[in-house]
Amino acid sequence: MAELRTEEMVLNMGPQHPSTHGVLRVELVVDGEVVVDAIPHIGYLHRCFEKHAEALNYQQIVPYCDRMDYLGSMNNDHAYVLGVEKLLNIQVPERVEYIRVIMAEFQRIASHLVSIGTYGLDIGAFTPFLFCFRDREMILDLFEMTCGARLLYNYMWPGGLSHDLPAGFVEKARAFIKHFRPAMKELNDLLSYNEIFVKRTANVGVLPADIAINYGASGPTLRGSGVKWDLRKCEPYSVYNKFDWDIVVGTGEMGTLGDCWDRYMVKVWEIEQSLRIIEQALDTLPEGDVQAAIPKRVRPPVGEVYVRSESPRGELAYYIVSDGSQKPYRVKGRAPSFSNLSLLPEISRGYLIADMIAIIGSVDITLGDVDR
Amino acid sequence: MGLLDKQFEDGNIVITSIDNLLNWARLSSLWQMQFGLACCAIEMMAASASHFDMMRFGVIPRATPRQSDVIIISGTVSMKMAIRIKKLYEQMAEPRYVISMGSCSNSGGPYWKYGYSVLKGVDRIIPVDVYVPGCPPRPDALLEGLMRLQEKIRKESRVKKNVEGLIQPAPKVEAV
Repeated sequence: MAELRTEEMVLNMGPQHPSTHGVLRVELVVDGEVVVDAIPHIGYLHRCFEKHAEALNYQQIVPYCDRMDYLGSMNNDHAYVLGVEKLLNIQVPERVEYIRVIMAEFQRIASHLVSIGTYGLDIGAFTPFLFCFRDREMILDLFEMTCGARLLYNYMWPGGLSHDLPAGFVEKARAFIKHFRPAMKELNDLLSYNEIFVKRTANVGVLPADIAINYGASGPTLRGSGVKWDLRKCEPYSVYNKFDWDIVVGTGEMGTLGDCWDRYMVKVWEIEQSLRIIEQALDTLPEGDVQAAIPKRVRPPVGEVYVRSESPRGELAYYIVSDGSQKPYRVKGRAPSFSNLSLLPEISRGYLIADMIAIIGSVDITLGDVDR
Repeated sequence: MGLLDKQFEDGNIVITSIDNLLNWARLSSLWQMQFGLACCAIEMMAASASHFDMMRFGVIPRATPRQSDVIIISGTVSMKMAIRIKKLYEQMAEPRYVISMGSCSNSGGPYWKYGYSVLKGVDRIIPVDVYVPGCPPRPDALLEGLMRLQEKIRKESRVKKNVEGLIQPAPKVEAV
């Protein structure tokens, strides 16, 4: 093939591109149809999270955490409020933690549904997108009846929650789970094991486990490569250690271990595990006042704290430094999408331009999370 | 043209003004540029997915500015992105319309005060036809904004420029 090598060309993909999942720009160096290098350019959605964290007090930062990874708002809040509570050294009622876990897991399902739906859309399947959004709307209804917002909730506050669960929530959540299990089977029949879909994703964008670890990948991207690492299990926070569930990892069932199909399928399997957690949490939901532990004034002692949690995209961490005032000295967010995106050149070299779409979609980034 | 198909026996004439005809055609198939910026883009996706189904208004997402009539600025416009948005807007063919969706693109929203990298309102770089408030606006609100845009197009004229009262206040709801 060496004599057929032609001059390399630089192809610009994005920031306006239907399948870059937001405002990502990828500079592709291509040799004919083959990708020689892919350089992601970021910063098109930089929204100054750290600057806001310096300027606002602890409670006011929660809405900005919402807007970091806007598909996993609940998970972002969860990690942040856990950090602030650790700084304040307060114990929240058990009911609060249970409700937080329920919400975080519902959010994980909602986020994965968007990811799965848009991934199908990228590959060329339109119907799964509609199926996923139909089910996602039901989860959003649950959120809406709890706190009034559909997308960005500001639901978890340092020390408690903005609202208790409304009457009828538990029944509605159970009804959703009952509806959703068969719907997932339907989705699998429609998309996951679809011949065309498998042909487009299997053996594409193979990510070996060692490279994934070296780049600091986490979440479904890491687990797709067969690494059994989930912070909910490996370093349990909140009340995750009280529930019985499994870490799902990629199996290489359709092609090679760590290909796009594995990364996709881990998300599908994770939904089932999230349902299991929610069911157990609903069964054992303790009573209590969700606002009992909310401090009147959040003024942590001088110190610093690093909390990490498992967001739908991977390891989400906050490093909070307190100088003893009502405003944090610094809050740094460690975003999973940022680390996962850095893998892109590594896993896209040697594949075709058309495969780039499958690879970007499978890494599942949120640009708000990358740029913050 | 399903409405008029086979309604008349052997050819017939419909009399209307050219403004009415063109406006009707334009407002009934507003092709939208498939372009998401931030959080609001998720609500925009929800608006065009099942449950809200924006396509019943003739809004079809197109991936290129050259084939689209309306651009929905859905999310925070950073300084770095602003140049690209202006470029995209300029690539759209006339007539072109802009819906500014959400607080961020209306005015900078939550990033108004400390957002050093955020453009304080997309109307500083491109003309906006309809502003949809909310952070993020519900899909219903976006549909309302879209219908307002359709109303605006309905009143356009190719002969008269700057028709008085182009944007009319919302109709008052009579108390029942």
